[in-house]
Amino acid sequence: MTPRTLFEKIWSAHEVVAETADTPAVLYIDLHLTHEVTTPQAYTVLRQRGLKVRNPSRTFATMDHSTPTDTAQIFGGVPIRDSSAARQVAELEKNCAEFGIELLKLKDPARGIVHIVGPELGLTQPGQTIVCGDSHTSTHGAFGALAFGIGTTEVGHVLATQCLLQRKPKTFALNVSGALGHGVTAKDLVLGIIHRIGVSGGTGHVLEYRGATIEALGMDERMTVCNMSIEAGAKAGLIAPDATTYAYLRATPRAPSGAALEAALAHWQSLPSDPGATYDRSVDIDAASLAPMITYGTHPGMSIAIDGTVPSPAGDPVHDKALRYMGLAGGEPLLGRPVNVVFLGSCTNARLSDLRAAARVLRGHKVARHVRFLVVPGSQSIKRAAEAEGLAQVFIDAGAEWRESGCSMCLGMNGDLVPAGEYCVSTSNRNFEGRQGVGARTLLASPLTAAAAAIEGRVADPRQYLA
Amino acid sequence: MQPIRTLTSRTVVLPGSNIDTDQIIPARFLTTTTRDGLGQHLFADWRYDAAGAPRPEFVLNRPEAAGCEILVAGRNIGCGSSREHAPWALMDFGFRAVISTEIADIFRGNSLKNGLLPVVVDEATHARLVASPGSLVTLDLETRTLRLDDGTAVPFPLENFARYCLMNGTDELGYLLAQAERISAFEAARAP
Ligand code: SF4
Repeated sequence: MTPRTLFEKIWSAHEVVAETADTPAVLYIDLHLTHEVTTPQAYTVLRQRGLKVRNPSRTFATMDHSTPTDTAQIFGGVPIRDSSAARQVAELEKNCAEFGIELLKLKDPARGIVHIVGPELGLTQPGQTIVCGDSHTSTHGAFGALAFGIGTTEVGHVLATQCLLQRKPKTFALNVSGALGHGVTAKDLVLGIIHRIGVSGGTGHVLEYRGATIEALGMDERMTVCNMSIEAGAKAGLIAPDATTYAYLRATPRAPSGAALEAALAHWQSLPSDPGATYDRSVDIDAASLAPMITYGTHPGMSIAIDGTVPSPAGDPVHDKALRYMGLAGGEPLLGRPVNVVFLGSCTNARLSDLRAAARVLRGHKVARHVRFLVVPGSQSIKRAAEAEGLAQVFIDAGAEWRESGCSMCLGMNGDLVPAGEYCVSTSNRNFEGRQGVGARTLLASPLTAAAAAIEGRVADPRQYLA
Repeated sequence: MQPIRTLTSRTVVLPGSNIDTDQIIPARFLTTTTRDGLGQHLFADWRYDAAGAPRPEFVLNRPEAAGCEILVAGRNIGCGSSREHAPWALMDFGFRAVISTEIADIFRGNSLKNGLLPVVVDEATHARLVASPGSLVTLDLETRTLRLDDGTAVPFPLENFARYCLMNGTDELGYLLAQAERISAFEAARAP
């Protein structure tokens, strides 16, 4: 048999109908994750057409995007301040009740960001097809699942038929070698990769991250890398499952156990790309040469090493416009530039290991007087774990705000916003104009770099804080 | 969905590259639970000043933009989030087609599903379109060609299935529902 890639194995196992020149494939979806913002209009279509959800047990809902992170509004009996967000939350509850979908409600101890709770609960498993009305669904690719974001019309398709019409994407191997340097994290690695291949470099492709550097990463780090695949324009990102993956899944409540686990393992172990399998494209990445990265512009490909200078390509109006928006000039360093806000959160970097990393830098320091440091754990489980091991106290003692879980300042639709003109070092995934608030200026970086910026009140190199 | 066979319109040009979906419609307007009325928020942060007044210099606020159904955008339009509110807002404003050299995947799929025609053209054609805002362009789905006002015809790619759906106003849900038996057979075959 011809050697096949991980992607091809998953794809062919889910083809209900193969594609032809005239028609796309009908692809079966194993797990459909949903949230309050991209589903209301889909349920409206189901009602209009008198349709049911075909497979409620393959559908799972949480609330995260427009949901407040303020404790009083979650647990304190204070109503959700933003009335349209309150309406979305209420509508999701109503839709899930009516159509029989399991929902993590506002006060549920397992609630959190959709791409954090799926893996945490063990819903995300190797070899699955996973979709969600959110582009960072690529996160789940860290488990060797084919996972991608869809629009609301497609959410309706999956609810009604458990299937999607899809054209087969191409494959793109990223062969990563070399050990990550001191203070260089998975976030820096993926920013480096996006810088290298460009924000549309992955368009039409599924990326597969391969090589010794990737194999050495833990699951949290693999999720950070796959999360940002969409920022390179890719359909999805994949990492082959291995012993690290299986160990993670064993500790989750909903992954198979006992005899079912044995059967699942046999299947999972057959998934990695066969030796000699070919990809449509491939690029080699040297991870050892990377420094901690930070973005200076208005898309995630506009990044530099933390101690580098803002580039100044001549006669590039797009670059000029981005720098005008950011209030930066070509040729200047970012190190030392004052910042107003630091955000530690989002499905890119709000897992327990991210909080540990930031706390490691922060311990024994105070947040600079003029800085607002917002820490938003990715899920309520992570929040409790961080409180139990004393991380929360490190943040609180330093002067940070310690919040309930949610998307928060990642997309600024729940009221957590960066004011116009202010600089925010953020561990999230997008630095688009206005993403964190009208006129907000986002500098994407790792949790280590974010913590260093919080202490100094300016862009700082985290390496000096790491013994 | 409104069928679309040919479309002739003057163009509006937004030349910047990488126009992401947060620009097309910022997240704070996503708390709606319907798909109507989003056109007023299209490009909100570029269209309105801090006080909410329209910026007269922004192309969509100019009188010549009125009634234009074709948007010519810089490379890689629609990158970023999966929000279908982006094509909804463009269509609610009155656009029926978007032309660029590169169109991000999810945005492209979302556009097709709503009858907004995504048209990818070569660099040279794109440069001509960008250089002449307000020019008259015809998009013909039957022949998959774009005609410039001097008569030059340029082919654009569009899969047969997408073309069929657009030309007939067919939505994909009906097609998928018709596959119910095959979906059941697939589920039965892989059940443990
Ligand atoms: S944290 Fe940000 S990227 Fe992740 S699901 Fe929420 S809005 Fe999307």
